[in-house]
Amino acid sequence: MSKYTEDDLREELKTKEYEYGFYTDIESETFPNGLNEDIVRAISKKKEEPEWMTEWRLEAFKVWKKMTEPEWANVQYEKPDFQAISYYSAPNSKPKYDSIDEVDPELLATFEKLGISLDEQKKLAGVAMDVVVDSVSVATTFKETLAEKGIIFMSISEAIKEHPELVKKYIGTVVPQKDNFYAALNSAVFSDGSFCYIPKGVRCPMELSTYFRINQAGTGQFERTLVIADEGSYVSYLEGCTAPSRDENQLHAAVVELIALDDAEIKYSTVQNWFPGTAEGKGGVYNFVTKRGLCEKNAKISWTQVETGSAVTWKYPSCVLKGDNSIGEFYSIAVTNNFQQADTGTKMIHLGKNTKSTIISKGISAGKSQNSYRGLVQISPRAENARNFSQCDSLLMGNECGAHTFPYIEVKNKSAQIEHEATTSKIGEDQIFYCNQRGIDTEKAIALIVNGFSKEVLNKLPMEFAVEAQKLLEISLEGSVG
Amino acid sequence: MELKEKLVSSFMAFENTIDIDSPVHDIRVDAIKNFEAEGFPTKKQEAWKYTSLNSVLKNDFSVFPKETGALDYKDVKQYFIHDIDSYKIIFIDGKYSSHLSATTHDGIDVCLMSAALNKPKYKLIIDNYFNKIATKDSLSSLNTAFSAEGAYIHIPKNKVVEKPIQIIHFSTGNEAALMLQPRNLIVVGENSHVQIIERHQSLTDNPTLTNSVTEIFANKRAIVDYYKIQNDKQSASLIDNTFINQKQESIAKVHTFSFGGKLTRNNLNFYQNGERIDSTMKGITIIGDKQHVDHNTLVHHIEPNCESHQDYKGIFDANSTGVFNGKVVVEKEAQKTNAFQANNNILVSDKATINTKPQLEIFADDVKCSHGCTIGQLDESAMFYLRSRGIPEKEARGLLMYAFSNNVLDSVAIPEIKSRITKLIAQKLGVNIGFDL
Repeated sequence: MSKYTEDDLREELKTKEYEYGFYTDIESETFPNGLNEDIVRAISKKKEEPEWMTEWRLEAFKVWKKMTEPEWANVQYEKPDFQAISYYSAPNSKPKYDSIDEVDPELLATFEKLGISLDEQKKLAGVAMDVVVDSVSVATTFKETLAEKGIIFMSISEAIKEHPELVKKYIGTVVPQKDNFYAALNSAVFSDGSFCYIPKGVRCPMELSTYFRINQAGTGQFERTLVIADEGSYVSYLEGCTAPSRDENQLHAAVVELIALDDAEIKYSTVQNWFPGTAEGKGGVYNFVTKRGLCEKNAKISWTQVETGSAVTWKYPSCVLKGDNSIGEFYSIAVTNNFQQADTGTKMIHLGKNTKSTIISKGISAGKSQNSYRGLVQISPRAENARNFSQCDSLLMGNECGAHTFPYIEVKNKSAQIEHEATTSKIGEDQIFYCNQRGIDTEKAIALIVNGFSKEVLNKLPMEFAVEAQKLLEISLEGSVG
Repeated sequence: MELKEKLVSSFMAFENTIDIDSPVHDIRVDAIKNFEAEGFPTKKQEAWKYTSLNSVLKNDFSVFPKETGALDYKDVKQYFIHDIDSYKIIFIDGKYSSHLSATTHDGIDVCLMSAALNKPKYKLIIDNYFNKIATKDSLSSLNTAFSAEGAYIHIPKNKVVEKPIQIIHFSTGNEAALMLQPRNLIVVGENSHVQIIERHQSLTDNPTLTNSVTEIFANKRAIVDYYKIQNDKQSASLIDNTFINQKQESIAKVHTFSFGGKLTRNNLNFYQNGERIDSTMKGITIIGDKQHVDHNTLVHHIEPNCESHQDYKGIFDANSTGVFNGKVVVEKEAQKTNAFQANNNILVSDKATINTKPQLEIFADDVKCSHGCTIGQLDESAMFYLRSRGIPEKEARGLLMYAFSNNVLDSVAIPEIKSRITKLIAQKLGVNIGFDL
């Protein structure tokens, strides 16, 4: 094969179109554009929510009105007009299906294209799906298996009706309504999302997963996810998303709250592939997400993310290590191409004694994109023997992109041990030469190097997800990942 | 009256005391407007997130010292690096002390900013260099507005200055509270080499605030070696703004030794305007009770094939706070840049705080940039090793801490400074060991 150089790769990256850019035409019931108290009430009513929930939303809306959009992130974009967005959209054929045959065939075809055909999933033991198209949960599988173990896995709107005591107790405890601009907005208008409760001592037998899609023109998605792992339980939760190709900017402001009670463990993995905009930087999804987990005694929360999509990403999955001996982990690969901008990272707040956190962040920038890591490691005065290790590596392809690192480290306890290192590099000619010398052609060599670069994070993904993550990396950096 | 208003209203009076027709008049007027618009920085600004000036600014500083206190050399000898021959530019309460100084015009100019600003023969230099790289932020602007006195050093082409230059600012406590704003300009010609030692020293328990600006221009292949010794009294605060503009193949090194003072803020900015430039900034910070040291560094890599090295070590005891905010910017033209940044810290006390933020902003792909940052304690097994060999705990701790900070001293080119700093480290760590043995 002829010589494959980095220039070729760059050329390929430039021309690579978004593969999953298709649009499913399902009749949707959509609210008029704009946001006011009535819309918030209407959403709540539509979802047949109890009074306390409506009040909770209104409270968030009141706070939101007083807040201004944050500007500290290292991203530039045209601010969305929050009055030009429709805050609710539900697929029209909404009955709850008993079997998969009843599901809208067009919808099924959509899933097929995404490689998540439901019937196949049903046969392949392991993954239960709570599929979200736009904002309403349409199909839920494996519910019986989970129910046997006492695991509650349903859409959050169902949970509000069926398990109000759990939702009421935990919602907003990790990400309060007034946490930030987008979290407040989400709290006011969230349409749906997933709810998961693992009872005491139960080890969830399968990976739980949801797929999010933005489907209706001009509809912002405001997902709310709440995962509660009771004492001594374990759950691995997968979240992945692809969105149709669209010219106008779409807003996605989700909130994810994880609560790991004593001795519990939550593993939360995300593959994010929202539409990144065209090669000219037109369109693309704005992804402003608030994700946070709370660890009680001996608990562990592990965030793994593969970020390949979105025009603008603003996302900091964080851990509050409240309990003694709790552990927080963050593994991230962020790939930006063309005009994408990503400002992502994590916060590790050490409050308890003997708490540990690990941060591994890999940024790959190509084209004219900007990729930032922004992280905070905070050791409070009472967090004896806290331990943190952070590593941020950036790989630059071409000299029109940028890589930025903004690590904040605040330590108020002398027994803390903090290590932070960051490197920036390109694919070395000597590395490629070394591979060539041993009979590996340049394309494979680049694949090998990028793969090796992100391996630490890819390894952390559950088996079921690793394949998809690989696929998404391929789309974003075709030719560089084997 | 708030200090800001006081400064702004004093400006007119200040302008009247000096030559209003001077070429820098317009620069001063612009600067005071700038300061008036921005005011003192607050914690809301990202660059001042971890450092608050409030506790310092509440003092009722007098802006102009009324009379000069006189000092005997024997009383202040200890603050000089006295065991070497050197040029000296000494100020007492902001006024030049000819008695303690040793300046020169012999081939090089080591003299006063006031002379350079007023005498026509320096006009060309002032026009070309004065206030050319100092940023327009509020504190630098404030200094620019009141710039009248300080050190002026001009080394022409192809000169190796045979002895170091010491710049020392004393404050004697003639005023209840004194604010000083020294302004230094250092221009080093092609192929020239100069070593400079700078120190601010208060001799009183009356509060002092120094807002200093130093502009350094290193022309082609020049070598500038700069040492800042900060071991001031608990009553003294220092905001030190240093700007270094480097031309191709020049080498600039700044070592900052921060051992004392109530609040010390070092804004150190390097701009690399040429190829194959080498910039080094290193620092040792050892502080204790209620002291606050903030190192804010910027290296701006603008052209290809340059290097920068940063190495800051900190040991923080009692209620002290340490801040490190290092920023490396690599422009997209600056290919083949090597930029390294390290910040290592030891917290000795539970009440001490360290906030660090090492930032990289990289727009070029063919670069090697890394930063490392650690916060930790002394290795218990190393302690055990030393103690098992009969070294008392305190001394063992001292030895390990010295070893921790030692490699910053490797690049110090003046042996006398090295031994002085070594002694200071021993003193700060409370041990009586001659580490240089």
